[in-house]
Amino acid sequence: MSGLRIENVSLRYGARPILRDLTLPELCPGEVTVLAGPNAAGKSTLLRAIAQLAPYRGRITLEGEDLARMPLRRRARLIGVMPQALPAGSSLVVLESVIAALRAGSDGFTRKADAQAMAVLDRLGIADLAMEPLDQLSGGQRQMVSLAQAIVRDPRVLLLDEPTSALDLARQVRLLGELRALAGEGRIVVAVLHDLAMAAQWADRIVLLHRGELHSSGPPATVLTPDLLARVYGVRARVERCSQGRITVLIDGEVQGGPRL
Amino acid sequence: MALIAALGVVLDLMTGPAGLPLSETLRALTGGEVARGTAVIVWQVRLPVAVLALLVGAALALSGAEMQTVLENPLAEPFTLGVSAAAALGAATAIVLGLTLPWLPAQWSISANAFLFALGALALLQLLGRLRGGGPEVLILFGIALNFAAGAFLSILQFVASADALQQLVFWTMGSLASATWQGVAALALVLAACIPFSLRAAWQLTALRMGEDQARSFGVDVDALRRWTLLRVSLLAATAVSLVGVIGFVGLAGPHIARMLVGEDHRFFLPASILTGALVMSLASTLSKMVVPGVLLPVGLVTSLIGLPVFFWLILRGRARR
Repeated sequence: MSGLRIENVSLRYGARPILRDLTLPELCPGEVTVLAGPNAAGKSTLLRAIAQLAPYRGRITLEGEDLARMPLRRRARLIGVMPQALPAGSSLVVLESVIAALRAGSDGFTRKADAQAMAVLDRLGIADLAMEPLDQLSGGQRQMVSLAQAIVRDPRVLLLDEPTSALDLARQVRLLGELRALAGEGRIVVAVLHDLAMAAQWADRIVLLHRGELHSSGPPATVLTPDLLARVYGVRARVERCSQGRITVLIDGEVQGGPRL
Repeated sequence: MALIAALGVVLDLMTGPAGLPLSETLRALTGGEVARGTAVIVWQVRLPVAVLALLVGAALALSGAEMQTVLENPLAEPFTLGVSAAAALGAATAIVLGLTLPWLPAQWSISANAFLFALGALALLQLLGRLRGGGPEVLILFGIALNFAAGAFLSILQFVASADALQQLVFWTMGSLASATWQGVAALALVLAACIPFSLRAAWQLTALRMGEDQARSFGVDVDALRRWTLLRVSLLAATAVSLVGVIGFVGLAGPHIARMLVGEDHRFFLPASILTGALVMSLASTLSKMVVPGVLLPVGLVTSLIGLPVFFWLILRGRARR
């Protein structure tokens, strides 16, 4: 009962079902789980459901406790969310925005808030941006700031929606390494990633969603096979074994006739 | 060291601009009034006007600032959302139709009607917004619709009004501080004093909302409750201010924007700065309304719009150029 459980979760936008009675294997502390799948598979929606940002049917529990019934502020201490992008046009200063992530939902952090926020910026290597207004940062810099906002409350669960989409290669590697370290400290890390090569390299477990249902889940080496990539994504791919049991995915082109599912 | 520097800059942001408008405001207040001389004029005529100007500016700018944040729209303010139009309609029912609350003394009837209509407009707005699942866009669209509806009814009343009533009504809709009384000042001061502590307590939550609704929620902010309570405060502030002085546009929009340029969007500083800039702008407008045409007291609403607008444009363009 130590992990995050997602049981029989269904969610629809209007009449359109996004998640269909989805049940995942328990997600455990110390693991980086990557949610993968083609567009409109329901990856981001699942993240929003776990974060209780979208109403769903079913049960999502953390350590046996129903997240939907948990008081808002307690939940905010347990779960950190990194959205796809921060809204543009805020002249808020980086440090203030991170302190706000700490103090908006709690009266308990008041004294150490500034130091705590600064320490997180330092950890992510963006301390030099502390006094920059958000609307003058690049997309990648904003993404690092939103990661800082997600981890500053020291949450047990970290949910990230395409965290590397605006980052350059060095920053991608840095961020993914940081996710591994955050998981290593006993957190449950769940990330939506589109880059399967990255996912194969950094994830402990890949959960492959397809049309709102669980397609397969397990270590990258068992989930990511050429046959599956052809069927779900409609691409011809090679999967190469590297050192330490890791694999890498190389894409050659499209399959004639598109995905076969 | 970086931390100390960071705190130093935050402190600098806080003290500089916030302290400055306050002292200037005081100077504008005393300088304008002392020259006119005698104690009776100062205390009975000038000072209520001057103090009311400060309070009205503060109230309108604070409500504008909070509205802009909770509705996530930089154009939101009591004026654009139909509050002022509704208040004008309320005033018109008193002036033209003579419909008033029976137990109120006559000199309060116009203000009371304006207040009730303004409050009613905002209540209606919230109710409609709630029925449709209340996103900010829905509220804003309803607000604009309300603005037009109130304007149309106002036109009807103007059409049927007698010449005397029409003149009184037109004067009211232009916004005037001339009818300031100590009772009015006290009423607005009370409402401000009641609202400001709650506004400041919500400062972090409002700041978080600038990161978007989802982010604020994930930070642990109950966004719906925040929006509800903030709009309630805004309603009280705007309705009271507008009912006392009539339609005054621009301050609720410009006050927060000037404050944002000065101190940024950390609401611990942004809200007080909005209050101060709003007060300052209204105070200057009040002074100007006496000076533009010597001997004639122009409606202050006209002054805020006519003089304020070019100044505002200049500020925005200058801000752009600096980047």
